Amino acid sequence: MAKFGFSRKHLAIPYAAFLILFVIAPLLIILYYAFTNATGQFSVSNFIGFFTDSNTLGTLVYSATLSLTTTAVCLLFAYPLALILARGGIKKRNVFLLLFIMPMWINFTLRITALKEILTAIEHNLAFYPFINSVIGMTYDFLPFMILPLYTSFLKQDKDLNEAAADLGANTINVFLKVTLPLSIPGIISGVMMVFLPAMTNYVVLDMLYNSTYIMGSLIGSYFAAYDWNNGSMISVILLIIIFGITLLTNRFGDENEGGGRVV
Amino acid sequence: MKKILNYLFVLLLLMVSLTACGKQNEEQTDKDVLVLRISNWEEYIDEGDWDEEELIELENGDTIFGENSMIEDFENWYYEEYGQKIKVEYSTFGTNEDLYNQLSIGDVYDLVCPSDYLIMKLMDEKKLVPFSDEFLSNKEGNYYYNGVSPYIRSIFDNYSINDEAWSKYAACYMWGTTGIIYNPEYVTEEEASTWDIFINDKFKRQITVKDNVRDSMFAAMGIYKKQLLMEPAFINSPDYAGRLFTEFNDTSDKTIDGVEKVLKDMKNVAYAFETDAGKADIVSGKVVANYQWSGDAVYAMDQAEEDDVYLNYAVPKEGTNLWFDGWVMLKDGISEDIRKQHACEAFINFVSRPDNAVRNMYYIGYTSSIAGTDDTVSQYINYNYSAEEDAEEVTDYDISYFFGKEVVISADKEQLSRQLFAQYPPKEVMDRSSVMWFFDKDTSSKINKMWINVRCFEVKEAAKPLAFFALAIIIIIILAVIYLQRHKVFNIKKKNNQTY
Repeated sequence: MAKFGFSRKHLAIPYAAFLILFVIAPLLIILYYAFTNATGQFSVSNFIGFFTDSNTLGTLVYSATLSLTTTAVCLLFAYPLALILARGGIKKRNVFLLLFIMPMWINFTLRITALKEILTAIEHNLAFYPFINSVIGMTYDFLPFMILPLYTSFLKQDKDLNEAAADLGANTINVFLKVTLPLSIPGIISGVMMVFLPAMTNYVVLDMLYNSTYIMGSLIGSYFAAYDWNNGSMISVILLIIIFGITLLTNRFGDENEGGGRVV
Repeated sequence: MKKILNYLFVLLLLMVSLTACGKQNEEQTDKDVLVLRISNWEEYIDEGDWDEEELIELENGDTIFGENSMIEDFENWYYEEYGQKIKVEYSTFGTNEDLYNQLSIGDVYDLVCPSDYLIMKLMDEKKLVPFSDEFLSNKEGNYYYNGVSPYIRSIFDNYSINDEAWSKYAACYMWGTTGIIYNPEYVTEEEASTWDIFINDKFKRQITVKDNVRDSMFAAMGIYKKQLLMEPAFINSPDYAGRLFTEFNDTSDKTIDGVEKVLKDMKNVAYAFETDAGKADIVSGKVVANYQWSGDAVYAMDQAEEDDVYLNYAVPKEGTNLWFDGWVMLKDGISEDIRKQHACEAFINFVSRPDNAVRNMYYIGYTSSIAGTDDTVSQYINYNYSAEEDAEEVTDYDISYFFGKEVVISADKEQLSRQLFAQYPPKEVMDRSSVMWFFDKDTSSKINKMWINVRCFEVKEAAKPLAFFALAIIIIIILAVIYLQRHKVFNIKKKNNQTY
């Protein structure tokens, strides 16, 4: 401690402070509330309560269904698009890419408000199709997050691999299935991660498109509105666990993929 | 270990220097400027900057105009009046729950303006500072004490928490009823004058309900207890007001179960539970009726008129929720600082001065609790609602109960279901109004549970097709990932072996 000179590791101090203040401390607070009851005593009843209540479980099922559908729709839409943009030999493809990414720059409540009017013009009464509307709204919102990783993963792929496969006798379908698709899996995974997880909790879209059924985000909000911080925190913790699990799972896939790619 | 110590040391230094800065600032400002931290609803006070044509010219020749924001005006007025410089740190909140949560995590305010039930809760938790005797006296300049409507005053004197009257801690700012704003082209007045409209299949998916457990519950209670509430013997009983209060504040398990069922029906019939979109949606025609607080109803009707849509407001005949927003001083903020308490009370008096009450009313569309010692407020009602000369039918509209002296507006008959009716409901409407009490901890969690039951997707019913669908997608995705994974890994390895 005698010499307190500047060294490179001191550059890490702001980040350490950031991590402590905005990541670790809030997490600890959430954990504290999740595992205590209203009187401040340790309790796991919040945890058990979540998995024994048909309503909270129903919310989990509903949110998962909603975000899975959104993810699937995004993927179905974005995959061909990213492929065409990256491989289609379109002139000025950056302009096209920009066109699909641009909505991201506009405030999202504004976008959803506009979407609301468009959907009303088509359906006349939004209230009859809350689930479909929510999927459309979320897809609109999250599509760029699916396109971008897919697009970069296609760009990174070596075209020579395709040519080699074709030279060795694979037809177009086989080239796609055995070369392009497997090599794009890291892109798919990061795209899915970027869409699936936020879609579980993004209840503003549901609110604005008149879907009155709760998803995980709104459930947390309703507990906090009733001053019940313990159950609200517990649901956040459960979401964290789910997210953590998915990340672990996909990380393994992702790593293997990259390793596999490098071998070639 | 040393590293960690280093970090801690730096953090400690940072904290010390930060707090030091804070203290220094406070001390500096403390000498000459008194800081007042006020938190109010969003857009709930005149922010000034009116257009010239917005000038209000009353019949008696007075003019009212909002040039600067009310806050600025208060700062200047206080300096002129008491020679003390004051700085108002004004912030806003979106819901009572947000405000309460802010207070619990340690945000400090001197003066806040929550709704009735949060005032009661704060009183119950002993977090409020009582008004000084000087404020609660009829000396000149006490615009609130002298000017508050006798109707509001009697309510604030009669209701109490822990044997202390509301009026000791809270000064009413705005008040109103809850009801239904509807488009008379599609909905008749009779259909709108009952809470039953929310379960009326004729309007399936055409009516929005408030996304707020208390308001929705009040409406559901009206539907659940309709039979009793509409009985002539009940209505004509000598203690009608008291019995109405008991019925609407019944939180027994049986009633809550019944209310839950009604709310589920409401959810199936309603367009949606909305937080803020309802006002715009009824103007744009997405819905034909909307559950609304009277103040927002006035605002929506004004907005609609600009688009040549004329909306009406009805108060259900089963009963309506009489609500208030009021100023209360917080112990955490004031902490026995007499100067601060004096400034807070002066602020309440300032916004209660009749011309300022009118400015706020004009700006936000709600109804001020102030009747005033002069006739500014009644003149303003006249200015707004008295019939034009070419009006077809004119009616005498009596709101003497509010002013405690005879005030009769000769208004266009249309106003009987429009803004005037919403802003200053007649006596017979107020007779069937009830205050909704705050929920204690146990009731609150019971009712939140009920609300979650209503709002959550139930696994039991209708889950089969959806669950099947979800399961199918999950399985497909997992299989696809695994399949591709294996395939690719095998392929590459094989290729590898062959190449090298």
